[in-house]
Amino acid sequence: MVSQAVIWSIFLLPLGSFALIALVIRPFFNRYSLIAGYATIAALGTALGFSIWTLRSVAQGHDLRFVPLEWLEVGSATIDMGLLVDPLTAVMLVVVTSVSLLVQIYSLGYMKGDPSFARYYAYMSLFTAAMLGLVLASNIIQLYVFWELVGVSSYLLIGFWHERPSAAAAAKKAFIITRIGDVGFLIAILYLFTQADNFAAAGLNAFHIPDIWQAAQPEAAAGALLGGAVLTWLALGIFAGAVGKSGQFPLHAWLPDAMEGPTPVSALIHAATMVAAGVFLVARFFPVFQHSIDAMTVVALVGAFTAIFAASMGLVMNDIKRVMAYSTISQLGYMMAALGLGLYAPAIFHLVTHAAFKALLFMGAGSVNHATGTFDMRYMGGLRKHMPVTYVLVLVAGLSLVGIIPLAGFWSKDEILLGAWDGTGLVDTWVNKITFAALIAGVVATAFYTIRMIIMTFHGEFRGGIEKELEDKGETAPAGASHDAHGGVHLGESPFSMVLPMAVLGIAAVVLGYLGNPQWDEEIGIPKHWITGFLGDGLGKALGQAGHVATLEFSWPMAAVSTAAALSGIGLALFVYLRRRDQAVDPLEQAGRLHTLAAQKYYIDTLYEDVAVRKSFFRIIAGTLDWVDRNLVDGTVDLIGWFFRNIGTALGKFQTGQVQAYATGITFGILAIILALLLA
Amino acid sequence: MLFQDIVFWILSVMAVGAALGVVLVPDLFRAALLLAVVFVAVAGFFILLSAEFLAVVQVLIYVGAIAILIIFAVMLTRDVKHGNLPNRLQIPAVVFATLLLATLVTVAVDTEWNFLPAEQQERVDLVQTGAVTTLTGDLLTESGVAVEDQPEVQKAGLADLLIGDFVLPFEAVSVLLLAALIGALALVRPSPGSRRG
Amino acid sequence: MSFEAFLIVSAILFCIGLYGSLARRNVLAVLMSIELMFNGVNVTLVAISKYLAPAALHDDISSVLTGQVFAVFIITVAAAEIALGLGIVFAMYRTNETVDLTEATELKH
Repeated sequence: MVSQAVIWSIFLLPLGSFALIALVIRPFFNRYSLIAGYATIAALGTALGFSIWTLRSVAQGHDLRFVPLEWLEVGSATIDMGLLVDPLTAVMLVVVTSVSLLVQIYSLGYMKGDPSFARYYAYMSLFTAAMLGLVLASNIIQLYVFWELVGVSSYLLIGFWHERPSAAAAAKKAFIITRIGDVGFLIAILYLFTQADNFAAAGLNAFHIPDIWQAAQPEAAAGALLGGAVLTWLALGIFAGAVGKSGQFPLHAWLPDAMEGPTPVSALIHAATMVAAGVFLVARFFPVFQHSIDAMTVVALVGAFTAIFAASMGLVMNDIKRVMAYSTISQLGYMMAALGLGLYAPAIFHLVTHAAFKALLFMGAGSVNHATGTFDMRYMGGLRKHMPVTYVLVLVAGLSLVGIIPLAGFWSKDEILLGAWDGTGLVDTWVNKITFAALIAGVVATAFYTIRMIIMTFHGEFRGGIEKELEDKGETAPAGASHDAHGGVHLGESPFSMVLPMAVLGIAAVVLGYLGNPQWDEEIGIPKHWITGFLGDGLGKALGQAGHVATLEFSWPMAAVSTAAALSGIGLALFVYLRRRDQAVDPLEQAGRLHTLAAQKYYIDTLYEDVAVRKSFFRIIAGTLDWVDRNLVDGTVDLIGWFFRNIGTALGKFQTGQVQAYATGITFGILAIILALLLA
Repeated sequence: MLFQDIVFWILSVMAVGAALGVVLVPDLFRAALLLAVVFVAVAGFFILLSAEFLAVVQVLIYVGAIAILIIFAVMLTRDVKHGNLPNRLQIPAVVFATLLLATLVTVAVDTEWNFLPAEQQERVDLVQTGAVTTLTGDLLTESGVAVEDQPEVQKAGLADLLIGDFVLPFEAVSVLLLAALIGALALVRPSPGSRRG
Repeated sequence: MSFEAFLIVSAILFCIGLYGSLARRNVLAVLMSIELMFNGVNVTLVAISKYLAPAALHDDISSVLTGQVFAVFIITVAAAEIALGLGIVFAMYRTNETVDLTEATELKH
């Protein structure tokens, strides 16, 4: 059984390495900034060990409920700092620490020579620590603190190269858009705070997460606390926060721009930390969500729409990281849709496998960039010959993303599709049908853009890299133009520190699916449907159900359908792209307006930036406030000033400097006092 | 009593007339001389009020020192002939002064004063005059003071009070005097760096 | 020669002094007026000392001299005042070439 101190140290180790780097290494030993990287890696390695230990302890069914530290007492609500360790937490801990560890190792090679090397590792440590704190939090306020800390550190990392205007703008955009969603989350928390007295009357703490679960159960004694429309709005408030963080429609616009950060940061954001936080939040409050059909329907439909919507934009992007960003949004849509349909365990399972192959894809993009100096796929091509290891690993990850049997992505996606088809009874059937259709369409699109990306990057002839790109853009001096440029084109495999974590993730992208073990009983050492059963049991325990919950059985017809969908997408892509050897013009541009629409991201960025921000916000709100400020506020102030200035001028007339005039005044005063006393 | 009344009225006319002269006479030099007349009249009042010591001090300090100083100052500032002009505050000054006078007179007349008992008056006169007269036992007996009360009356005197009960104000006022003298010196001293013109 | 007569005469002296100190331009005239006010006050004090019964009369006969002590102090303060006042007059005369108070408006700034 794992002790409380060990679990705390999972969170405290990266925090400690952040403090060490920020307070000691960066100020005093910045010349030896490599130790910052080693410190982070050591801390995360230990944390990963502890996380696995925790997972093992949870899997063995140990009672890991700890007495929380009391932090604040506000009215009848107590704000604690505590640990909530259940299967969900344990799985997330392992995912976060392992992906983060691999990303840190990768960064040793990728960020080598960056002048802000130590600062980079400080932010990365803080980012990981915030995510771990978020996963471990037992109190919703505590969770919110780390939620916002994740937002802040992602802001710092996306804007890491803050001297680049586009990076600063992207960081700002990410921060503001996620903040919009957080308002909903905050309102939900504030609503809980108003109910603190009712919770206390039922013996519950309004901020303690298991107590919130309990309050939402209709059959529980305190069932009346949260129910009906209130429950729906509460769930939607929490979901709003998740939409912002996980880049779901309509708050997805920040995620593609977040590519401005260093590529390993993107890997971390897209795989394990930032965007996973949204899915984690919905999963964490799943016992609340599942009692509101309306909220579940919204979650499912938003997820399904996002899955197909983002995939369609991924089809036409030319920037390799943007393709992956839309792919992430799309896959997060799958997870959200799964959660909305009540497929709690498959959603988390998909999060785990997705973490592996998406981190690998981003590392592959970083590796490609390392060689070519650019992210624009139109200037890549033919890299298969120069970087065979990267090619194989990206191919594995891509096929895993597409969902080709027997890779990891297949098993988790299959669970979701199967669950969507079968339904869980938590939402209406029509929602199931729509979601299923959207997800299957999403599989085709995913297969298409993945294969397109691989073909454009690795096949055909090399098209010149950064040098050609700069030439086309009419820029001559690449110096300092891009940190990612890594000094121009030098085709060849990336250094060992970059290839090693990619290889590890490549293995994971193949075998992780067998955590779900759909086929065999005990033959490979993992119980049948282990991870879904494990997570499902955790949820059941939270809801007070004893025994094992049912898991989805593997279904051959469904596997055939999804494979057929994936293969049709792959075939289409091969047909379109391999046929044309000269890739000067993207064949998809023949689609005309549809292509333009998708390439312009359905004009949503334009809508937000131009209509919402410039026209509505600047003109109407800011304009009104400006008018009020100029006329009403300034007018009042000026009036007061005018009044006293005139009084002062009038009184100044008495200020003659004549000492006898003053003495006359004094005499008058004394006389008045005497007369007043005498006549009173 | 009649003699004293006559003296009082003469002194009063002298004092008030001279005082009006001080503030109204245009020639500043004459005003300063009239001020000395006021001082002398006030010294007369002091004698009437059996404060002979104060009368002496008044003549010494006011007439002998202050009036002379002012006359010197008047002559030094060379504004003698047309110096004593009124300023623009004539009317308020007259009004306020008149109002204050009316108030003071009303108070003086209306108040129920706690007068000394008649049998004490003689003894108080003796004590107050004691500053300039040796109060022998015979004199006191002649004045009707009982023998057993005589040491008390003999002991009482201005000097005893000044260095007895009032020693603290006495010292404070001497420091004040010193400070004022030093301050006056500092004021009239030529400022450093400028030659006396 | 009553007590009230002394009070009235001293009040007249005081008010004449007040008028003079408020309404005269020449700083020396003002100083003289202030001396008039001092003298008025002194006469009042000594008159009170002679005619009125102090509260401590029965304990200590010398308390009837309190008014005179006050007068002594006032004379001292008046001496200090005239010394300083004349010093100021000379300083003012030296810088402004005049002893006209209406010309002295430094307090305005």
